[in-house]
Amino acid sequence: MVSGPLMSSTVEDRGAPLDASVYLIVCVIGALVATVATAASSDPLFQFQGYIFIAAFVLGAAALLAATLSGAFKPAPDQYMDGVIKAGAIATLFWGAAGMLVGVVIASQLAFPRIFYLPDTGFLNFGRLRPLHTSAVIFAFGGNALISTSFYVVQRTCRARLFGGVTPWFVFWGYQLFIVLAALGYLAGITQSQEYAEPEWLTDLWLAVVWVAYLIVFLGTLWKRREPHIYVANWFYLAFIVTIAILHIVNNLAIPVSLLNHRSYSIWAGVQSALVQWWYGHNAVGFFLTAGFLAMMYYFIPKRAERPIYSYRLSIVHFWALIFIYIWAGPHHLHYTALPQWTQTLGMTFSIMLWMPSWGGMINGLMTLSGAWDKLRTDPVIRMLVVSLAFYGMSTFEGPVMSIRSVNALSHFTDWTVGHVHSGALGWVGFITFGSLYCMIPWLWKRKLYSDTLVEWHFWIATTGILLYITSMWVSGIMEGLMWREYTPQGFLAYSFAETVSARHVENVVRMTGGLMYLSGLFIMIYNIWRTIRAPETELGAAPLAAPVLAPAE
Amino acid sequence: MSTSAWSAHGRLERHSLLLIIGIIIVVSIGGLIEIAPLFYLENTIEPVKGMRPYTPLELEGRDIYIREGCYLCHSQMIRPLRDEVERYGHYSLAAESMYDHPFQWGSERQGPDLARVGGKYSDGWHRDHLTDPRSVVPESVMPPYRFLAERELDYHDIQDKLRALRSVGVPYTDAMISNAQTDLRDQDDAFNGGTGLRARYGRNLVIRNFGGQPGRTTEMDALIAYLQVLGTMVDFTTYKADAPGNRR
Repeated sequence: MVSGPLMSSTVEDRGAPLDASVYLIVCVIGALVATVATAASSDPLFQFQGYIFIAAFVLGAAALLAATLSGAFKPAPDQYMDGVIKAGAIATLFWGAAGMLVGVVIASQLAFPRIFYLPDTGFLNFGRLRPLHTSAVIFAFGGNALISTSFYVVQRTCRARLFGGVTPWFVFWGYQLFIVLAALGYLAGITQSQEYAEPEWLTDLWLAVVWVAYLIVFLGTLWKRREPHIYVANWFYLAFIVTIAILHIVNNLAIPVSLLNHRSYSIWAGVQSALVQWWYGHNAVGFFLTAGFLAMMYYFIPKRAERPIYSYRLSIVHFWALIFIYIWAGPHHLHYTALPQWTQTLGMTFSIMLWMPSWGGMINGLMTLSGAWDKLRTDPVIRMLVVSLAFYGMSTFEGPVMSIRSVNALSHFTDWTVGHVHSGALGWVGFITFGSLYCMIPWLWKRKLYSDTLVEWHFWIATTGILLYITSMWVSGIMEGLMWREYTPQGFLAYSFAETVSARHVENVVRMTGGLMYLSGLFIMIYNIWRTIRAPETELGAAPLAAPVLAPAE
Repeated sequence: MSTSAWSAHGRLERHSLLLIIGIIIVVSIGGLIEIAPLFYLENTIEPVKGMRPYTPLELEGRDIYIREGCYLCHSQMIRPLRDEVERYGHYSLAAESMYDHPFQWGSERQGPDLARVGGKYSDGWHRDHLTDPRSVVPESVMPPYRFLAERELDYHDIQDKLRALRSVGVPYTDAMISNAQTDLRDQDDAFNGGTGLRARYGRNLVIRNFGGQPGRTTEMDALIAYLQVLGTMVDFTTYKADAPGNRR
């Protein structure tokens, strides 16, 4: 760890046992309230959520009690708070495996519906597993990666311990509770049918509480910083945290059927609800899956390559341009719908403009390697990070193309969209996360990575998997779009809808194979990380921490 | 940009509160300009005749449609493109989803669009199809929903549901709310006159046993009742798309 006192001890650091007792009281009260509410409710699905809350609060209280009694909350103001980051890194891998496994299952259902559907288990049907897959990979895998790396990066770039005593642990466990509530809820049939915002009002409220705590921890750490400047990665993390809070709250505004009922109805209806949803949905991509992961890029690529960021001024311009323009892009999900055309046109225009700030980030990351390109050959982790930027560049070019109305007329509602999402999700989000974890985990545990060869295997199997996935979806999507609009010489529609479904069988099998390969790559990584953590501590791994704080080049 | 602009940015880099305020301002502009006008521009939703709130049975069916994630594979939005209009029917109007909290337009078509599926197939076809999709469409990749026919519909909270929807703007009347339980049962009973139900929800209402098990109201009944009303509220034999009021 870092030698010497980081800073003089402050109130919140000395007060760790105090805030632990506050959380203990909250847990006990929470358990009581949850028990009463569960008992009073006549709604089985509300009770189902109630049982999860009761279990969580009781476990939380027990853990807090045990930790307090064993003295685990000893104040350590002169050290970075790394335990919660380690937990987050492990949770990232766990949820990644779970979410991608569900992805492979639903891909199999579309490829072989006669085998992978079980008529008596409705909770394993595509409609319930699909939100489980998307939420698990975006919010559980991606979210844990963002929370844990942001805690790592903000401490290192501010040279300050995380703010808030045990609150970072509350953020971590509170977020896991959100994931469990959402995931089990989908299986049980609790959903409000807004894509990527499926959890119902109770789960939404819980996430809002956790998210505010996350913002406080992050901001508080910035306030404690011993560096005059806020490093660029932290701008992106901050934009991600703040904007997601706004999007989450506005899109989920709803009136519960009753306070003891799991179901709610959105205050937005029809056209307005469509635009609010896709304002949310597209910016979940823009701020959760882009801004947050760009923050990871801005720390781990320069750190790993041991080069300063290519251009400080480019990072300023593309940061503000990116967050300004992204917000407008949502209506491109609603071309040719009943949404007024002026809104569609605005959305399309800004989506095309978005190409430039997106590539600004890619160029800034790629050019950081200038003078260190040889590392692409020697360091498979650098290769993974760089290829993630290549996929980022590709999908942020494909996106603006698909947002053009006439292209969208063909691509919308088809598998092309699914392929586009996955080139971003598997290529960019997945690879930048894997690369960052391959850096961060050895640094955290102060060990050398167990095997570079296994990273090579992971890289090549996963890359091949992505290529299979996106090429099969291009073929499938474009074919499907063309078949829908195909006319016979006599002027009749050439294909029934069912024919377009059966035509896509081969592509669905290829897609399933690609997904399976990507998942296999992750299992290789999990084995590699497990062996790394299990190995005895070495001084080798600790070395990068001694490097000076990153200074951007002017 | 001049050097002073870069050094001005240095202030944001040294003050986290300035930075956060800057972020909030910058990310608010686009949303405000695009979304806010939809609430006051009158031509966003042009009124059409025939739109009514869902009956209690249809509403329960819609909740099952949502619970099972049907929206993930089926859109309810026919675009004004030649092939879509010929395949599915008249393109969707904004008013047709004005009582949908939230919208069910969807984003993907693993299966066909359902915006106008109402009345296209018989209840029996829907029962067979939901029980075992491949028994009627061999190419289908849809999951089987046999269990819907085995589960009694739980509608103890239907009045609360209508009340919640009224609070977000759906025009349910006091009579609709107080009669919700009986209205739900009546719509699923072919031998019921349904006088009160028709008085409250309109003459064109379909009243029959949707699930094919007379005397029982299962989740299958509710879902089929919902599917059979989709796209049927507006009478397109009398709707004139070219009328001045319907042109944008």
